Amino acid sequence: MATETSLRPFTLSDAAGTDYSFPSGRPALLCVVHEECQTCALSMPLIEATHRAFGSAVDVWAIGQDSPGNTTLIERHNLTIPMLDDDALAVSFAYDLDTVPAIFLADGNGGELQSFIGFGKEDWQSVHAAMASLSGVAVPEVDWSAYPESRPGCGSRSVEPGIAERLIAESEGSPLRARRVEIGEQDDIHEFLYDQDLTDGLPVVPPTPERVLRMLGGTKRDAQEEVAVVPPNMAPVTVEKVAINAVMAGCKPEYLPVVLTAIEAMCTDEFNIHGVSATTMGATPMMLINGPIRDKIGLNYQLGALGPGHRANSAIGRAVRLVLRNVGGGKPGGTERSTLSNPAKLALCFAEWEERAPWDPYHVEHGFEPEDSVVTLFAATGGPTMIVDQASRDARQIGGTIGMAMEAVAHPKAHGASDTFLVLCPEHLDTLQTNGWTKDELRARIQEASSRPLRDLLQDEDSGAGIPIGRFGDDGPSEEQLDRLIPKFADPSSIHIVVAGSDAGKFSSVFQGWATGPRGSQIVSRKIEEA
Amino acid sequence: MVQILDPTDERVPVKRELTPRPEAITGTVGFLDISKPRGNVLLDRLEVLFNERLPEVEVKRYAKPTFTKPAPEDLRRKIAEECGFVIEALAD
Repeated sequence: MATETSLRPFTLSDAAGTDYSFPSGRPALLCVVHEECQTCALSMPLIEATHRAFGSAVDVWAIGQDSPGNTTLIERHNLTIPMLDDDALAVSFAYDLDTVPAIFLADGNGGELQSFIGFGKEDWQSVHAAMASLSGVAVPEVDWSAYPESRPGCGSRSVEPGIAERLIAESEGSPLRARRVEIGEQDDIHEFLYDQDLTDGLPVVPPTPERVLRMLGGTKRDAQEEVAVVPPNMAPVTVEKVAINAVMAGCKPEYLPVVLTAIEAMCTDEFNIHGVSATTMGATPMMLINGPIRDKIGLNYQLGALGPGHRANSAIGRAVRLVLRNVGGGKPGGTERSTLSNPAKLALCFAEWEERAPWDPYHVEHGFEPEDSVVTLFAATGGPTMIVDQASRDARQIGGTIGMAMEAVAHPKAHGASDTFLVLCPEHLDTLQTNGWTKDELRARIQEASSRPLRDLLQDEDSGAGIPIGRFGDDGPSEEQLDRLIPKFADPSSIHIVVAGSDAGKFSSVFQGWATGPRGSQIVSRKIEEA
Repeated sequence: MVQILDPTDERVPVKRELTPRPEAITGTVGFLDISKPRGNVLLDRLEVLFNERLPEVEVKRYAKPTFTKPAPEDLRRKIAEECGFVIEALAD
């Protein structure tokens, strides 16, 4: 008989570990079955009888789709037929099965002679006749009256949701394992992504498998490596899931190491993204990038450093936010409860103009090497709040301006403040440098210029904010206490100073923090290992 | 058909919102036989009941080429254009 197609060769083992390779040189009848399928149950006695009749001349094999079920079938039907284990579904997938039982009759070279799915009395009789002519062995006696004419089969395990995607990916050698979502031709893909609540309110780049694969080219890390567990849903996030959201945010592959490191930093106990996300104050991770990666991937730290228009800044900041909402489930109205929120929740990422200042850049100040590339996350609730001073001509003056302006952070009477970021513009930096000031000298001047006597900081008729007078006992504070000067910041080290912006313009800015410190959110800096 | 990768933690099934359910059945109802055995028997019987109880409603019959695969795009478009409702018969 002429053969039209060749069946895919394979080697499978039975439960005892014996290998069976197809084709073996002998004709073969391959019977793919799944224990949970009623039509397979109906067919098993017939498959066993076929093995007993033709087994001496033909390889009559059962191929079971799950290991425990295979054992059950053997026990239930007292099988002597070899039961090959296709628990991994490699053969079922290679044979493109969508239905079991699936029966294939092949010649000694693996050429397909007959095949059918489900149960068909005539199909089986035809197979028996063909086997008899191939082998010279008589067809077995079967009580055909005990069988129905036909029964449809059941779904093959290889096409079950979740399994099919894995098998496709494995067969292609693909690193992708995320659930695939098909969007109909009549659907608008952007509307679909909105409908599924997967965007931040702006369009996203559809994360097709091709784009995600390209994105994964930006890292050497395994696509299935867990990067972090993302609050508030405490959802594990893999490199692949970060890559998907990075595609959506508009990232290039070379941004991915920055995004991955930022996610790791964000999901630490110290940073406490759950609280940052949930607070009514409207906090968001402000991302500061230091080191050589700034220029490698085109992060902006000069003109317009805090604004839009620069892909790396916008896309990296947005990718981190999308991971938080899509994987972590932090969405407005859910666990995210900001009163007013903040446009910075779309994306807030910038770099420091390290070369512009004579002092150490932020990451070196915090123990990293100059050649390290570092992500720093700060829980910002407000800013950039502008400090305008076009007239000061020396360091003391401009330091005074900055101190006075920074006193307004949160509330002028809210002294004892914690972490705050000052983004110093180059012209203000130059004014400080007329006297060669260090960062610590600027910090000291900020503390000096923002200091107020206690009497100005108490709750009073003009403003209920401030220090409660009851804190000083029944007699209230003494005159000496009332005169004592209190600086804005509890500790000068809470004043974080970076340089960014264009060379023209005397406008610095401040980002105020959320409840910073161990009881709220601590600043976290991490080296980008792949930079 | 565009395929995307799910950006979420996959705890929630991907779903589309149901179209709002109308108060009454009017116009044309499509009967889609997915081509599993005896699906036509079920739909034949339903058609008789529809003709008895909702004589003003028109019934149109459609069939998928095979139950193992989703309905072809053209068939779905045709049903969407011609019908306000569709009943899909799984049978077996």
